[in-house]
Amino acid sequence: MAVAVAERRRSLVRGDAVQRVLAFGALITLFIVFSLASPNFLQFDNVVGILLATSVNGVLALGVTFVIITGGIDLSVGTVMTLSAVMTGVFVTSWHLPLPLGILAGLVTGGLAGAVSGTVIAKMRIPPFIATLGMLNIAKGLALVISGLKPIYFNDTPEFNRLAMGSIAAGIPLLEIPNAVLVLFVAAIIASLILTRTVLGRYAFALGSNEEATRLSGVNVANWKIAIYTLAGIFSGLGGVLIAARLNSAQPALGQGYELDAIAAAVIGGTSLSGGEGSILGTVIGAFIISTLTNGLRIMSVPQEWQTVVTGAIVILAVYLDIVRRGQSSSH
Amino acid sequence: MEGIQKSFPGVHALDDTHFELRAGEVHALCGENGAGKSTMMKVLAGIYPKDAGRILFKGVEVEIPTPRAARDLGISIIHQELSLMRHLTVAQNIFIGREPRRGAGPLRFLLDDDRTNQQTQELLDRLNIKLDARAKAGELTVAMQQMVEIARALSLNTEVLIMDEPTAALTDTEIAALFVIIRQLKSQGVGVVHISHRLEELKLIADRVTVMRDGRYVDTVRTDEAPIDRIISMMVGRTIFEATPEVPEQPSPEVVLEVRGLNRGRTVKDVSFKLYRGEILGFAGLVGAGRTEVARLIFGADHLDSGDILLGGKHVTIHSPQDAVAHGIGYLSEDRKRFGLALGLDVEINTLLASLDHYVGVLGWVQPARTRATAEGYVRSLAIKTPSLQQKVKNLSGGNQQKVVVGKWLTADSQILIFDEPTRGIDVGAKSEIYRLLNTLAQQGKSIIMISSDLPEVLRMSHRILVMCEGRITGELKSGEATQEAIMQYATQRAQLATVQGN
Repeated sequence: MAVAVAERRRSLVRGDAVQRVLAFGALITLFIVFSLASPNFLQFDNVVGILLATSVNGVLALGVTFVIITGGIDLSVGTVMTLSAVMTGVFVTSWHLPLPLGILAGLVTGGLAGAVSGTVIAKMRIPPFIATLGMLNIAKGLALVISGLKPIYFNDTPEFNRLAMGSIAAGIPLLEIPNAVLVLFVAAIIASLILTRTVLGRYAFALGSNEEATRLSGVNVANWKIAIYTLAGIFSGLGGVLIAARLNSAQPALGQGYELDAIAAAVIGGTSLSGGEGSILGTVIGAFIISTLTNGLRIMSVPQEWQTVVTGAIVILAVYLDIVRRGQSSSH
Repeated sequence: MEGIQKSFPGVHALDDTHFELRAGEVHALCGENGAGKSTMMKVLAGIYPKDAGRILFKGVEVEIPTPRAARDLGISIIHQELSLMRHLTVAQNIFIGREPRRGAGPLRFLLDDDRTNQQTQELLDRLNIKLDARAKAGELTVAMQQMVEIARALSLNTEVLIMDEPTAALTDTEIAALFVIIRQLKSQGVGVVHISHRLEELKLIADRVTVMRDGRYVDTVRTDEAPIDRIISMMVGRTIFEATPEVPEQPSPEVVLEVRGLNRGRTVKDVSFKLYRGEILGFAGLVGAGRTEVARLIFGADHLDSGDILLGGKHVTIHSPQDAVAHGIGYLSEDRKRFGLALGLDVEINTLLASLDHYVGVLGWVQPARTRATAEGYVRSLAIKTPSLQQKVKNLSGGNQQKVVVGKWLTADSQILIFDEPTRGIDVGAKSEIYRLLNTLAQQGKSIIMISSDLPEVLRMSHRILVMCEGRITGELKSGEATQEAIMQYATQRAQLATVQGN
């Protein structure tokens, strides 16, 4: 009897589901604390602000989640996002090509960068940390070179900004949420389906769980790795399109540092840095925690420097909780 | 199936070996550690390429360059280290690499998990394995994980199933269940290769035994015709090359170290022994028997679940290697390059690594004259061949590296030295120097625990020999009465058999 209870408790305490529940609880707590601390926090405009702030980081985090589940890392998502935004700008503003083509250019740029990282990792066997650190700088440099160090504005195509900041539910109170947020949710649903329902998702978990065993099972490990990094790159490209639309410009100097927020979102949401565990829902919650925290602290007039300090501490805490949990389950 | 035969003349792990397996046969493959059993089977399973030789499958010569090629032929291997993806479910593991899909075209990227689960459940039921296809592999017992691997192999229409030490981590009831399934496979015409150290279980399950030694084929015999003693002597085979053991005079009766009832998880079970001053105590056993684990417990590198450690008759608590060093215990790891030396640093620093705080003056300044004098002293007394104290350790030979590690522990004033595989990777000439060094140390009153898988070495060096098997001490032999055969007998003994013999 006691054994059965203990067994059940153990199975409840296991897996990344716990971290997900914890993260969701933390998000709710943050909301309660901040709304008590400041009457402005729960204002519709502020909540929309939080949602909007989450959209770009959330999309980047989706891609990075796949990579981390394989046991890898992608440090280049931030600057690849920038490069993609710049490419969209070049297509639309400099070359006067139609907007859809510009958006496609952004996505393809991201995908290509991811494919290059993936190939370097899978074929040249360079550790993901180094390969994507290289890509971080390559993308950063290319963005600056291509843009000529100057922001590219989308003044000829005002519909681009409207696409992200407008709302398909315009006019309906409390549902007037910018489309950028909608893009995040749609992207998250697609990512979740890819992760749980497709071969690519399955192999992401298998690679992170035991790469050698996966190889010995006859899976073409190298090709799937390239595919997974390419997918992460496409999400970075989408992030680039989103941020360009939101800012109505491609800012070539922006982007570095975004990768750490994206990784933090995934980790806070229960994706294990040692691979094999993670979920899209967790990552989305993680991204919301980061932006809620930033927003709430700002509303409480905490200086921005301190917001960064708090975010850093939260990441360490989240990883520590993960380690504590892991330590418990391994001692059984 | 007419059988597989392969031979490859070469200089490496396998030298002109051959092996034959009939359909519906359980064929055991035996040999000491490093005899080449696993290597040969990995060649058959397409994991290692062969240098030369032929593989005949059902009478036809085949090439098996990849695991996939082996699988397509119907050859599956279950590795010694289980290779499941612990975060995936049983069904996902079984169908990894060939998942049922929802359709053709773009639909082929969509997984059909319902069908995966259903087919897995049917497979498990057919094998009488009571297991949920949706359970996470990482949450299963080792025995169940093994069953999953077998189920995976069978779902591939396997005709040849290779099992590398399948029983090593199983309990008796689990082994019985495994054997039921093996017999079931046998009756279906599957040929099973069973690699094992457990000789007594061969009688229960195997039809024939092939013995390998030093990468060579020794002989194949029918199990019902060959007594275990004969198989052991085939495994040991080589004549002991130096007949005269180099055991120094008997140690004093003073007990330096005593451990009582050491336990840690599955690896160390109820280990008790005494170590006398000036004694060389040999620890024999097969890889994975728990010898290194015992050493790590005494050295504080792992925490014990229960048990006592007494030094000079007094209870001590050793929580960390730091405590152990303070109590005068030194541990020379089997992997000295990873755990014993700072390879990129010079001889002098390495010699002083465990005792640097004795050579520190005011403000944490290291006193160079004293460290140099000490290091020079040990380089001379241990006859370490190095051009200078500033030579980087990675440029020394294996034997000299080992001496630097010894010097490190002597500098730290260790009274108890635990040598884990002291001569691994060291050439023959340097070996005898290490042996002389061990003898000298023992004569100077140091107490030595020597863990070694090299039987002639254990026999030659030890005053007493403890033999371990599966975390327990299964036998104690005095230097005079020990033989390779006796050690192997204890080393391959299951726990309950050992207690019967011990009584």
